[in-house]
Amino acid sequence: MSPKTLYDKIWDAHVAHEADDGTCLLYIDRHLVHEVTSPQAFEGLRMTGRTVRAPEKTIAVPDHNVPTTLGREDPETMPEDSRVQMAALDQNAKDFGIHYYPMNDVRQGIVHIVGPEQGWTLPGMTVVCGDSHTATHGAFGALAHGIGTSEVEHVLATQTLIQKKSKNMKVEITGKLRPGVTAKDITMSVIGETGTAGGTGYVIEYCGEAIRDLSMEGRMTVCNMAIEGGARAGLIAPDEKTYAYCNGRPHAPKGAQWEAALAYWKTLFTDEGAHFDKVVTLKGEDIAPSVTWGTSPEDVLPITAVVPAPSDFEGGKVGAVERSLDYMGLTPGTPLNEIAIDTVFIGSCTNGRIEDLRAAAEILKGKKIGVKRAMVVPGSGLVRAQAEEEGLADIFKEAGFEWRMAGCSMCLAMNPDQLAPGERCAATSNRNFEGRQGRGGRTHLVSPAMAAAAAITGKLTDVREMM
Amino acid sequence: MDKFTTLSGIAAPLPLVNIDTDMIIPKQFLKTIKRSGLGVNLFDEMRYDDDRAEIADFVLNKPQYREASILVAGENFGCGSSREHAPWAIKDFGITCVIAPSYADIFYNNCFKNGILPIALPQEQVDVLMKDAEKGSNARIEVDLEAQTVTSSDGDVFSFEVDSFKKRCLMEGLDDIGLTMEKAASIDTFEAAAAQARPWV
Repeated sequence: MSPKTLYDKIWDAHVAHEADDGTCLLYIDRHLVHEVTSPQAFEGLRMTGRTVRAPEKTIAVPDHNVPTTLGREDPETMPEDSRVQMAALDQNAKDFGIHYYPMNDVRQGIVHIVGPEQGWTLPGMTVVCGDSHTATHGAFGALAHGIGTSEVEHVLATQTLIQKKSKNMKVEITGKLRPGVTAKDITMSVIGETGTAGGTGYVIEYCGEAIRDLSMEGRMTVCNMAIEGGARAGLIAPDEKTYAYCNGRPHAPKGAQWEAALAYWKTLFTDEGAHFDKVVTLKGEDIAPSVTWGTSPEDVLPITAVVPAPSDFEGGKVGAVERSLDYMGLTPGTPLNEIAIDTVFIGSCTNGRIEDLRAAAEILKGKKIGVKRAMVVPGSGLVRAQAEEEGLADIFKEAGFEWRMAGCSMCLAMNPDQLAPGERCAATSNRNFEGRQGRGGRTHLVSPAMAAAAAITGKLTDVREMM
Repeated sequence: MDKFTTLSGIAAPLPLVNIDTDMIIPKQFLKTIKRSGLGVNLFDEMRYDDDRAEIADFVLNKPQYREASILVAGENFGCGSSREHAPWAIKDFGITCVIAPSYADIFYNNCFKNGILPIALPQEQVDVLMKDAEKGSNARIEVDLEAQTVTSSDGDVFSFEVDSFKKRCLMEGLDDIGLTMEKAASIDTFEAAAAQARPWV
C-alpha cells in the first residue's frame, strides 16, 4: 500500500460514494450550526419536506449576533433583526431535534470553541459548519472546513457533502519559538509567506517541532487561520496532548470505547514517504511577534518592521496596497511600533480560549490600560467561568478592560460591539478586511500578549520589551 | 436552481485583488433569514456613502453598468467568510457570471449552488476582458458553458475549465440534494459500516 498523508487517511475513511469522475460523497461526523448561516437551510428542508438525517450529530449554538454585555437576556439588548435570527435558531433546534446550547446556557460560546470543549470534536472525524473558521477543529487531526448555506442544507438532509479531494500541502515549522512568540505569530507568518491564496486547493498539514510543542489551544489558533491562507482545511496529527485534552469531555468516548478510539487515533499520522504537492518550511526561531498593517491577512510583518510602500509590491498588489494604506491611514516608512491604538479587542475563535486569556493577563498584571477602550470577550461561558476562577478576570478588570459574556463580538461586529469610522484597534481576531469590525474601522491583527502590550502603551508594541 | 447555459451581457470591471466577502456583502446584511433581496446591498460600503447616497465613481453606480450581468475582477475573488449571502447578493443584483484569475474555495463552490458561473482564466486573458469591460455598454461579452468559452467583444475566444459534475448541475439547474438522495443506499451502507468501525463517533 502506498504511503498516505493524514488527510488521505481521513478522506478515505469517509467516502460514502465515488462517481466515475471522482466526485465523492464525503460522510460528515459532526455538523456544527450557528444562527447566521442556517435559517435558509432549515427553511429549505421545510419547503421540500425533508428532515435532518442525523440530528444526534448536529450541534447548534448562537454566537455571531449575541450581545456580550451583562443582562443580555433582556430582548431589548438586541436589534429586531438579530432577535429574529436568534429566534429562528431556537425554533429550528426544537423542530428538528438537534443538540442546542442556547444563549443563557453556561456552555454557550463561539461554535468553534464549544465543539472541542464539549468533546464533539475528536481526532479522525469530518467536521463542517457554515463558517469559514471551522478549520479550527483541524487541531485535533479532524478534517474540518467551512461550507455555504446550500451545503449546510445538503449536510442536514444527507449527512454528506459533494466533494472532490484537495491536494496535500505540508507546512513545517522547525525548531523552537523564541520567547514572546506564539501560535498566532506562527499562523500569521505562514500567511505572510504564502499569501492569502497560497493554500487554495489544498488541505494543509502543520507539523514540525514548534507545532508539536504547542498546546491544543495554540494548535487551534494555527488551524483557525488556515482559511486565511486560502486552504480548505488545516490539520495537525493527534498526539498525547490531543488525547489528554479530549479525555473526560462530555461527549468524548468513555471506558472500552475510549480505548478503541485511542487505538484508532494512534493510526492517524502521515506515513513516511507520503507525497505532498506543496511544502513550505519556516524556522521557528525566525518567527517574530507579528502584526498586520493592511486590509488582508497577508499584509503581515514583524513588529520591528516599518509600514511598507506600494512600490515594494508587484502586479495587482500595488493598487491593493495603495488602497489599504489609504483605508488604514498609514504612511510608508512609519515604524509599526509607533502606530497609536484606540481600542483593544481580545477574543474570537482564533484567540478566545483560556490560554489566550492567561497570556494577556500575564502582561497586564498590575498595569493600567492606555487606550480609550479595551474588552475581553471569552470564547465560551466555560472559558469565562474558568478565567474568573483563576483570577484572570480581576486582572483584566483592574487594568481597565471590560469583562464580557461569550460570543463572536467585535471579530465581525454583527452584534453591538463595533468600531467607529477611523477607530484603530489591536485585535486578536482573524480578519483585517475593510469594514470588518465596523465601517471605517482599522484593524491590526496580533496575538493576545501583543494585544495586552498595546493596551498598556496605547500603541502597537513589541511584547518582548515588557517581558 | 436557475440554469446557466449561455450568456451575452455587459461586464462590469472591478480590477481589485483579494475582493473579500465582507466587501461583497457586509455583515449587517447577514441578519436576514431569506435568500432574496440582497442585490441592493451588493458591495454596500463601496457603493454608498454614510448618508446612503450612491458613490458615483463606483462601477455598479455608473449608468452603463447598472444592467451588468458579468463581473470581471482580480485574483483570489471571494476570499474570507463562507457567507452564501455573497453569491445571493451577486445573483440578486443580476450578475450570473464572474470572471477572475482565481477564487477562494468556499465562494467558488457557493456560486454553483446558486446558478452563478465563476470562470477562472489566466491573468493576461482576464486583462483583455477587463479592458473590454471598461468599454461599458458598447462591449458585450459572450459566455458559453457547454463549449466552455468566453468571447470578448473583439472576437477573442478564451477556453475555461470547469468540473464536469458542476457543469452538468449548472446547465440542467439540478437540485444536488435530490441527486445525493438517490444514493441513499450508499450512505446507509457507509453509515452502518462506520458505526461498527468507529462506534464512538
